[in-house]
Amino acid sequence: MKQTVLTVQTNEPIAKNVMKITLSGDLSAIVRPGQFVNLKLDGFYLRRPISVCDAEGDLLTLIYKVVGEGTRAMAGYGKGKKIDCLVGLGNGYDEKDAGDRPLLVGGGVGVPPLYLLAKRLTAAGKRVTAILGFNTKDEVFFENEFRALGCDVRVTTVDGSCGTRGFVTDALHGLDPTCLYTCGPEPMLRALYRATTCPGQFSFERRMGCGFGACMGCTCKTITGNKRICREGPVLKREEILWEN
Amino acid sequence: MGKLTVSLCGIELDNPVIPASGTFGYGYEFAEYYDINELGTFSFKGTTAAPRFGNETPRIAETPAGMLNAVGLQNPGVDRVKREELPKLKAVFSKPVMANVSGFSVGEYVEVVEKLDEEEQIGWFEINISCPNVHGGGMSFGTDPNAAASVTRAVRRATGKPIILKLSPNVTDIAGIARAVEAAGADGVSLINTLLGMRIDLAKRRPLLGNVTGGLSGPAVFPVALRMVWQVARAVKIPVVGMGGVSRAEDVIEMMLAGATAVEVGAANLIDPFACRNIVRDLPAVMERYGIENLKDIIGGANQ
Repeated sequence: MKQTVLTVQTNEPIAKNVMKITLSGDLSAIVRPGQFVNLKLDGFYLRRPISVCDAEGDLLTLIYKVVGEGTRAMAGYGKGKKIDCLVGLGNGYDEKDAGDRPLLVGGGVGVPPLYLLAKRLTAAGKRVTAILGFNTKDEVFFENEFRALGCDVRVTTVDGSCGTRGFVTDALHGLDPTCLYTCGPEPMLRALYRATTCPGQFSFERRMGCGFGACMGCTCKTITGNKRICREGPVLKREEILWEN
Repeated sequence: MGKLTVSLCGIELDNPVIPASGTFGYGYEFAEYYDINELGTFSFKGTTAAPRFGNETPRIAETPAGMLNAVGLQNPGVDRVKREELPKLKAVFSKPVMANVSGFSVGEYVEVVEKLDEEEQIGWFEINISCPNVHGGGMSFGTDPNAAASVTRAVRRATGKPIILKLSPNVTDIAGIARAVEAAGADGVSLINTLLGMRIDLAKRRPLLGNVTGGLSGPAVFPVALRMVWQVARAVKIPVVGMGGVSRAEDVIEMMLAGATAVEVGAANLIDPFACRNIVRDLPAVMERYGIENLKDIIGGANQ
């Protein structure tokens, strides 16, 4: 983890209520895909944790959904705006487990953290399949970006307006993945957990206080004891997940 | 003797800055970011007899100029704290540390203090009778002068080390509680714990926190905390540790002028992991700006 100031380069909408922001600065603390950064926005007390979509040299790409007052303010940030940022938080995905045929499954704004992972895995010569799930076609993003990396891309929408109609689990047919990497809403994670048997790494989301393990705000129970989603997570392996209820 | 030195219940602190319990773990995680020996001391995570998972999530909510938390005293329990956490703490911190203790009965407070008492590194016990996020213990001891006094008397018998009672602001007369624990043998008081609050999620039309209510902290509470430190400092002779929304060196000085001997910093650590170190480093320049030679000389200075 490193505290640093990042400078906004671009900030633009890429889908309905979804923005892509690029920031430049010291990204040396980002060591794995699936990690996140924690942004201090003017006028808001708590930082905003957002997963790393891409980090190349000194350019960071984040994708965020405008859902509340903080992200609405952030959507108004222009080029040159400086943001105090904690960089390189969380454990991230472990690429070592990928095998030859990794499957990446993202739901909504759970798609972005899989991009840097896909980039690394395709560069390592893996045959990567990416299933990207959305509610409707207005919300679809990054289909072409994943395709450009050489991934076999399957898009699903709940209303069938783009790609396969239904949920991401409706696009699993014919696949025999060596490892599942996923991020998205918890019901989606749970459905994937049940629909697959291969080794899996699941990235969870929780409301956080600090984002670096101090406040115990995002603790969850796992098979191997209590874990802080911000610190021992956000990525949990299949064998440690304990579904509540 | 430096310009920042103060004495808290007979133990000298290099400076009065103390990360507050629940915002600093057992110290070692912050030691990854800087040398925590720069701090006066710190108050470690509230420890109970048995392990506690704490409350359901969400446990955190944002507020204007602050935050609510309802963590609910998550901790590994005193035995594992002794076995696993304190050795890690000792490896990164060489000064006396403040042990924060919570309980759901007088007997539990005593049990935890007795078990921790043999730990040489523990300089002070901070007895939390003010946690607003648990039921049947915590704050219920801190909102009644007789209950507060009974915890104090029992803990007093269990240790020869200084005991500092951490007080709740969720009372009509905090000075009355402070006088009660002083009479029962407390060596000091610390205040304020968080103010009880809540928020509602507009989209879901439900309370935002899993626990429904939580404790408010951050700059929003600073003036309330300062007022209570002022009232308590005038009511008792034992040292007062001030806290509540402190986030910069100026706030530390304001707390001390109101009567605080030392100052705890809580929520600020969660926004900026370097907050306490930065406050310590900023203090000399701010002291110079306001013509303060030695910090200990200004304690209660606004009341003279």
